[in-house]
Formats: sequence, structure tokens, C-alpha cells
Amino acid sequence: MVERTELFHEVSTAGFDVVEKPLSAWEKLYDNGAVRKTALLAILAGAWELYARWLGNPLLVPTFSATVGALFASVASGALPRAAVYTISMLLKGYAAGLAIAALLTAFATGTRIGADLLETLTAMFNPLPSIALLPLALVWFGLGAGSVIFVLIHAVLWAVALNTFAGFRSVSPTWKMVGQNYGLSRASYIARILIPGAFPSILTGLKVGWAFAWRTLIAAELVFGVSSGSGGLGWFIFERKNQLLIADVFAGLLTVILFGLAVENLIFKTIESRTVRRWGMQA
Amino acid sequence: MVPLLSVEGVTLRYRTRDHLVTATYRVSFNLFQSDRFVVLGPSGCGKSTLLKAVGGYIQPTEGRIRLNTTNITGPGPDRVFVFQEFDQLLPWKTVKENIVFALTASGKLPRPQAEERAVHYIAKVNLTEFALSYPHTLSGGMKQRVAIARAMAMEPQILLMDEPFAALDALTRAKMQEELLQLWEETKFTVLFVTHSIPEAIRVGNRVLLMSAHPGQVRAEVNSRGADVPDASGKALSARIHELLFGEGTQQGVANHG
Repeated sequence: MVERTELFHEVSTAGFDVVEKPLSAWEKLYDNGAVRKTALLAILAGAWELYARWLGNPLLVPTFSATVGALFASVASGALPRAAVYTISMLLKGYAAGLAIAALLTAFATGTRIGADLLETLTAMFNPLPSIALLPLALVWFGLGAGSVIFVLIHAVLWAVALNTFAGFRSVSPTWKMVGQNYGLSRASYIARILIPGAFPSILTGLKVGWAFAWRTLIAAELVFGVSSGSGGLGWFIFERKNQLLIADVFAGLLTVILFGLAVENLIFKTIESRTVRRWGMQA
Repeated sequence: MVPLLSVEGVTLRYRTRDHLVTATYRVSFNLFQSDRFVVLGPSGCGKSTLLKAVGGYIQPTEGRIRLNTTNITGPGPDRVFVFQEFDQLLPWKTVKENIVFALTASGKLPRPQAEERAVHYIAKVNLTEFALSYPHTLSGGMKQRVAIARAMAMEPQILLMDEPFAALDALTRAKMQEELLQLWEETKFTVLFVTHSIPEAIRVGNRVLLMSAHPGQVRAEVNSRGADVPDASGKALSARIHELLFGEGTQQGVANHG
């Protein structure tokens, strides 16, 4: 072993190059995801405009400016808002009904073993079945109209939500379950105050997936309806304008579908996420 | 004197996928008011299972567990658990709300009084400035202190602690043991404390139950005065415990560690 003397150093308190320095405005701007994505969107819109002008065929690809113009005109005439309101109200009805049935099914599955088996079997069968495939059958059962659309919407929402909620309940930490039991909670408040918040990350995933399925299904269903009926949702709006060869209006309709999808995903679900699972540290 | 908790000839069995396991076999002991009763044993001696049985999560297959002469039939707020896991706090509630929820959900106190008591116990574990923080922002030691505050705020007849410091680093662990003893000095609660660490058992307990493994049986019950001091025969308490748990052969090893 080597004998060494003990060493002591003075710690300096000044003379460092940078200890803490605010970032420049440009650096902060570039760190902001929203700013970067907005810039990308602007570039894409510019590319679209250039391509459409170069192509010079508004029946195939209208320019970006023509699409925006058609969008404003359709909004001003009230046709597009009417279609959007119709679609949204239909979607909310179907979504709410789907959630209610999913809640019942999950409650049954949580309470009994046979209920769990039932839920697993039904989900395994119906989850891979695209809802739109049920539309012909729905038309036979419920006729043309809201009934059929709501039926396929329920199918779109139900399985994703029930499956995720049930899986979430199952994966709730056993420690939280024991903590809940320790307080002598009743069955109902045990579910409401331990299981649901504990499973919230999965429940939220189910809600998002259910919403996305329902939105796609609804637009597709309205396109089919467009062939035979006059119920006027966004899908119908797109279908009708295509028949009239108003392609800029078709693009405007598609843009509206995209905008609604983005708004729900980024405003509603993101807000719920940042106020719940992110704040609780249950999701990175 | 009537014991606060009496465990009489308790055999615990549980089922795994392909075995029926006997965790403890005819274990008996008594807890009195203000005891710091430690159950010490190697892993596999069924000490955690035993604690869960006292908590009411498992029913004994033989024998009985009585609290104040009443048989324990299920979990209840008169016996509050502190677990080893850091995730025992509900992550969707702040530190304060975790304690308030415990008090209101169990029907111990209405909300205003519950909040007052929560503030009081948070101060006791020196976390006042973190009262409004969510658990995921706290360190492991702080989480365990909240869990202890939450359990103490319930003012249960017995605190059940299942290796609450086992997942902490050695320095934090020693500090938490001191804090627990300090809290005990102030309120003289009764605690049933499970550990596999001999020094922790000696430090925390006034009475230590030694259990052998596979299945867990009572080997001895010894007294501790909080320090590892030699008895009349000149043997240190830790050495005696080691001998009782692992037999004569391994005594040399302990002596070497001093």
C-alpha cells in the first residue's frame, strides 16, 4: 500500500465562465414544439400551392388558396357549419351511448369472473371487426337514418373503451388496492376513488382510441349514406360536392375533418392528460 | 393485563398456481399498548403474510387473531398499514389530500377537521413545504414519511409496518429509524413492525419476535433496549439473535463483524 498525505482544496466562488445564463429568444422559439410544427405546416401549404399551380387542373388538385377560399365561402353560406354540427351531434350521441354500455360491461366484468370471460370473449371477437362493415346490417335492422349510424358508432367506441378500462383495472397496483381496503371503502367508492383514478392512464387511452375509431367510422358511414339519403353530415357534404365537381369544396370538407380531429386530440385530450395523468406522474 | 392484540396459534396457508404453501405454523404472541413489537426473520418466514393476516387481508386456517378480544375478520381503519413500496401513496392526490382522503374515506373525521389533522401530522414528519406536492415529485424517504404521517393521522389502535425502510439507502434508513423513535416518544403509538434486518430490529423494537423459515415458526421473543449491548453472559444482543436464527455454526461470522 502506498502512503499518501491527505489533500485539501479551496473551492472558488467566482470566475466560472457560465453558471446559469438565460437562453436567447431564438433558442427558446426553436425549443417550442408548436412553433416548429406551425412552420412545417406553412411549408407544406406552400408546397401544395406551388404544385397545384404547376399542375393547373383544379378538378384534380385545387390550389391551397382556392381551398381556403372555398372553406370560407362554405362557412359563410352556413352549409359547412350545418354539416359539422350534424356530424358532431351524431358523434357525441354515439360516443356517449358507447361509453355507457362500456361502463356497464366493465362493471359486470369487474364484479364477476363470468363477466370478465364474457368481456374478453366479446372483445376478442368484435374488436378486429371494422365498424363500417356492420353498416349494411345496421341499415337492414334500423333503416336509413340516425339509428344505424349510432349503432355502428357504439360498436366503434365500445370495445376499445371496455378493453382498456378493464385492462387498466386489472393492472392497478395491488398496494393501492390494499390501501383502499384498509380504509374500509364501500364497493362503489372503492371503484370510483381507487380503481378509476388508478386505471386512468389506460382509461384515457381507451377514450382516445374510441374517439378516433368513432370519428373515422362516422365520416365513412356518412359517405355511404350520401348515396341514398339526405342526412347532411360532413361525409355527405364531401360526397355531394364531389358529385357537383366542386373539388375545392371537397378539399375544404376534408380540411374541416382534419381540423376537428386535431382540435379534439390536441385541445381536449391533451388538456385532460396534462391535468391528470401527467400532473400525477403516472405517464411521462 | 389484557393484550391489545393477541395472535394465538395462527397457521397461515395460501395457494399459488400449483402449490398450497404454509407460510406460518402455529405462531403465537401478544402485543400490549405502546409496544414497538418487531417480527424478525429471514425471507420466507411468512412475516409479511402474518402482518397481512393481522391487517385482515388473509384469514388464518388455524388459530385466531384478536384485537381487544374481538376477532379480526377483515381490513379496517383501526389497523393502518405502512408498506415497503414507494407507490403506496395515491399518485392522483397531493401529500395533504392523501392524508385527508384516508381520514374522510374511513369516516374518521369530517373534511375540515381532517385537513387540520393532516397539516398537523405533515408538520410532525417535517414535510410542511411539500403538503401540496404530488407524490411522484418526492424522494423515496419523503414518500415513506408521508405514508407514516398518513398512518399516524388515522390514530389507529396499531400501526402495521411492513419493512417500511427496506427500499431506502442506508443513511436515509438510519435517519428514518431515529425519526420513528422520536414520533413514538411523542405519541407512544403501538406498532407491529416487520423486518429482516437484525440491527433495525434492535434499534426500533422493545420486543423482538424471532421467526424461523419454511414454514415460519416462533423461535424466540427477546427484549431490546434500543442498542446492541452485551447481556449478563457477555454476548451482544445481535450475536444472540444471530445464533437463535441461524444456529451456533455461523456465530464466528458475526463475531468478526464486531
